[in-house]
Amino acid sequence: MTSVTVNGVKETLEIDPDTPLLWVLREQLNLTGTKFGCGIAQCGACTVLVDGDAVRSCVTPLSAVTGKNISTIEGLAPSPGELHSLQKAWIDQQVPQCGYCQSGQLMSAAALLQKNPSPSDSDIDDAMSGNICRCGMYGRIRRAIKSASGVEHFEPAAEVASEDSSHG
Amino acid sequence: MGKWTRRSFITAGVVAGGGLLIGVAIRPGNRSTELAKYLARDGESFLHTWVKLDQNNIVTAIVPHSEMGQGVGTALAQMLAEELDADWSLVKYEEAPAVREFANYPIIKGMFVGNTNVPDFVVPTIDGALIRTAKALDLQITGGSSSIRMTGEFGMRVAGAAVKEMLRDAAATKWQVPVDEIRTENSHLIHVKSGRQIPYSDVAQAVSNMVPPASPKLKTADDFKIIGKSVARFDLPSKVDGTALFAIDVKLPDMLYATVQRAPSFTGQIETITDELSRSIKGVVDIVRLPSTTVSSALGSFSFADSVAVVADSFWTAKKGMDLLDVRWESTKHSQVSSNVIFNQFERDIDEALEREIDVSEGDTAGSLMDADIVIEADYRVPYLAHTCMEPLNATAKVIDGYCEIWVGCQSPLSFRKSVADALGFELEKVTLHNCLMGGGFGRKSRPDYAIQAAQIALKVGRPVQLIWTREEDVRQDFYRPAILSKFRGGLDTKGNLSAWHNTYVDKHEPHEAAQIPYKVPSMDIGHVSSPTHIPFGAWRSVAHSHHGFFTESFIDEVAVAAGQDPYEYRLDRLKHLPRQFAVLKKAALMANWAKELPKGRGRGISLQTSFGSIVAEVVEVTVNEGKLSIDRVVAVVDPGYAISPDGMKAQIESGIIYGLSAALNGEITIENGAVKQSNFHDYSCIRMKDSPAIETYIINSGEALGGAGEPGTPPIAAALTNAIYDATGNRIRQLPVPDIIL
Repeated sequence: MTSVTVNGVKETLEIDPDTPLLWVLREQLNLTGTKFGCGIAQCGACTVLVDGDAVRSCVTPLSAVTGKNISTIEGLAPSPGELHSLQKAWIDQQVPQCGYCQSGQLMSAAALLQKNPSPSDSDIDDAMSGNICRCGMYGRIRRAIKSASGVEHFEPAAEVASEDSSHG
Repeated sequence: MGKWTRRSFITAGVVAGGGLLIGVAIRPGNRSTELAKYLARDGESFLHTWVKLDQNNIVTAIVPHSEMGQGVGTALAQMLAEELDADWSLVKYEEAPAVREFANYPIIKGMFVGNTNVPDFVVPTIDGALIRTAKALDLQITGGSSSIRMTGEFGMRVAGAAVKEMLRDAAATKWQVPVDEIRTENSHLIHVKSGRQIPYSDVAQAVSNMVPPASPKLKTADDFKIIGKSVARFDLPSKVDGTALFAIDVKLPDMLYATVQRAPSFTGQIETITDELSRSIKGVVDIVRLPSTTVSSALGSFSFADSVAVVADSFWTAKKGMDLLDVRWESTKHSQVSSNVIFNQFERDIDEALEREIDVSEGDTAGSLMDADIVIEADYRVPYLAHTCMEPLNATAKVIDGYCEIWVGCQSPLSFRKSVADALGFELEKVTLHNCLMGGGFGRKSRPDYAIQAAQIALKVGRPVQLIWTREEDVRQDFYRPAILSKFRGGLDTKGNLSAWHNTYVDKHEPHEAAQIPYKVPSMDIGHVSSPTHIPFGAWRSVAHSHHGFFTESFIDEVAVAAGQDPYEYRLDRLKHLPRQFAVLKKAALMANWAKELPKGRGRGISLQTSFGSIVAEVVEVTVNEGKLSIDRVVAVVDPGYAISPDGMKAQIESGIIYGLSAALNGEITIENGAVKQSNFHDYSCIRMKDSPAIETYIINSGEALGGAGEPGTPPIAAALTNAIYDATGNRIRQLPVPDIIL
């Protein structure tokens, strides 16, 4: 018997404690927003928050999170029908393409902004470089994090922008 | 827009509940009843193969393409809504089911006739023949950057325009006024003189009994209100809150989980399996051998070697079982093959070829090379590449009582369905396929091996099974972008004029024109030799353009350098016969400040490639500091004819660039002992945010025939990068990936 709190709900599980948290979330708790990408903490698709820290759930055994608070993408919005500022920015900037990595991207970004509400470019790079996006939407993710954190003029190439340009 | 005279048979049909559904017809008068049974729910009408209208005036575009990130549903809905004069806030889309009535005949039509002028009287014949062809081929593919330029242009727009004409006719009859007096706007029919206005849905019933017009009139670009606007994608809200359902998120009652391992060197049977340890794990249900399979479909014939699956009560248990499974594979003639062996074979096959297959032969290339003042030579190599979609391959299958139901994310639902039926020995009608959102596709999800495996496992265990490949299996059992060797010779006179272009490469793949160059050269001889290997070939984003873009745009750069001229000016001088390419290249140089000198250690490179109907030029700016490369800026200019959603177009170009940069910088699949050496993102890595450059994309709407979006951003980027490295360092990179340290 292992107890964890997921998105504010206490869950008691009878499952082999060496099972990675990823599969507990997906298969036992039906929280399928957290994704499997590599299984070795290389891609970040499985990122969740454990007591506020971004953690790769594919290599985190259930035994390591006993009694801790876990937040997943399903718990990111402050209330039903209301989006987190990052989720809003993600839509405003039209970030996702296939969308498969985006739960992990958003959770990494949420952990960053919790600790550092006004991150610099290099802060963002450091916090986000564990998350792969094969659709290559890094420019849009960076822009969305900046817009959610209230930092505006940040694109050095903005001066050359004409009406039909975009900065990826 | 294009010069194609758009003329298709239109059909309409009413279904239970008074709704309406309409399609480009299979033949005149067809009431689409076959389609209505799949699609129309209570209160909906089938307006067109691609249109539904419900009682609340909601228009649904039925999209016969798969969503793998490209935003196809939104863009096709835009094209439909534009011609229909729909209220955009009342438009949505759904993916067409995997049934033959939704075969992509506009793709075939686009391939056959493209942007050519076809006499009106011929068109009905073409339509009829093409529909038969598309159905016979089970063609329902998403690939070749074709959805918008073919289905959108030849299907969605025609459908929207036809429905609009019928709605106006129905309103004219209802109000007893001339049809010319009826306007359409925001999903409403308006009779200005009498001040009457009704929603489209009020006449849906009447429309469903009408014979659709054969040649509805399409709008010109001047009248566009929805096409050309950067609309928000319909699918994004579900992709930021975790509710988007990918194939891997499917869960059935009583479902088991499985993972597989297939013959590492792609051929060869299982010699022995020692499975006691695996079977001793609590939760392991079965260990299943899957026979080698060959299937034929619209996309070709594929063979998959033997594999073995571990089936368990959870994926984690199945994986633990697989890790403890001892499988011995028989040794084959391929077991000693390595990447070196393959490239040596390529060299030998080019050098010893008695004859080449010719792509292009113009002028006297051999003579021009003999007469040239300077002859330069260069050989280029690219490695095998895997796709590594973010979502590892997976499929969920239920096979009970001779009936198979399968959930999968794939780029070709109809041909997957047929392949699964063939592999199981079932009639097509005994297989239902539910296509799901794909976490990336890039060409990999056009091969049905993973779906077949899931069905084979489910058949054996008699319970629903979700098969999930490990990332290791995904990297090692891909269908790879081929490794290629390409050799060039160029002849120049003393003034630097290029008189001869000679190119020989191994192994030709689609598109057939990929090795051709846009530049005017008096003599050209481009050809290839065959040099087959046992490594499975797969379409990889932009297919043959991905490597030929690197080869040809590197060599023209080398030629310009040998001529002592600016690589941009040298290209531009040879593009005067192609005004679109000329304009794209020129704008890229302008936006990238090409003429502005860069400090020491920095460099700029340019590249141009036309693919899938779109012309793209890219300029890369780099810094090389003590051998360490950073990419400072990428400028891209695209002429896609007309961008349906400019932001969507830009997103695709950005994506294509990053995908190509990942490959150019890091992508290398190497072969050892006949098998793939790499296994996961630690040794087959891709660009991460810290290395990802700022990308600026500029669109030129030339108004010419529509081009694609998903692939054309990829081909120019590798050469733009290596040309920039040359500019910064004098080091010419002729083999990808770019080395970690550039000397």
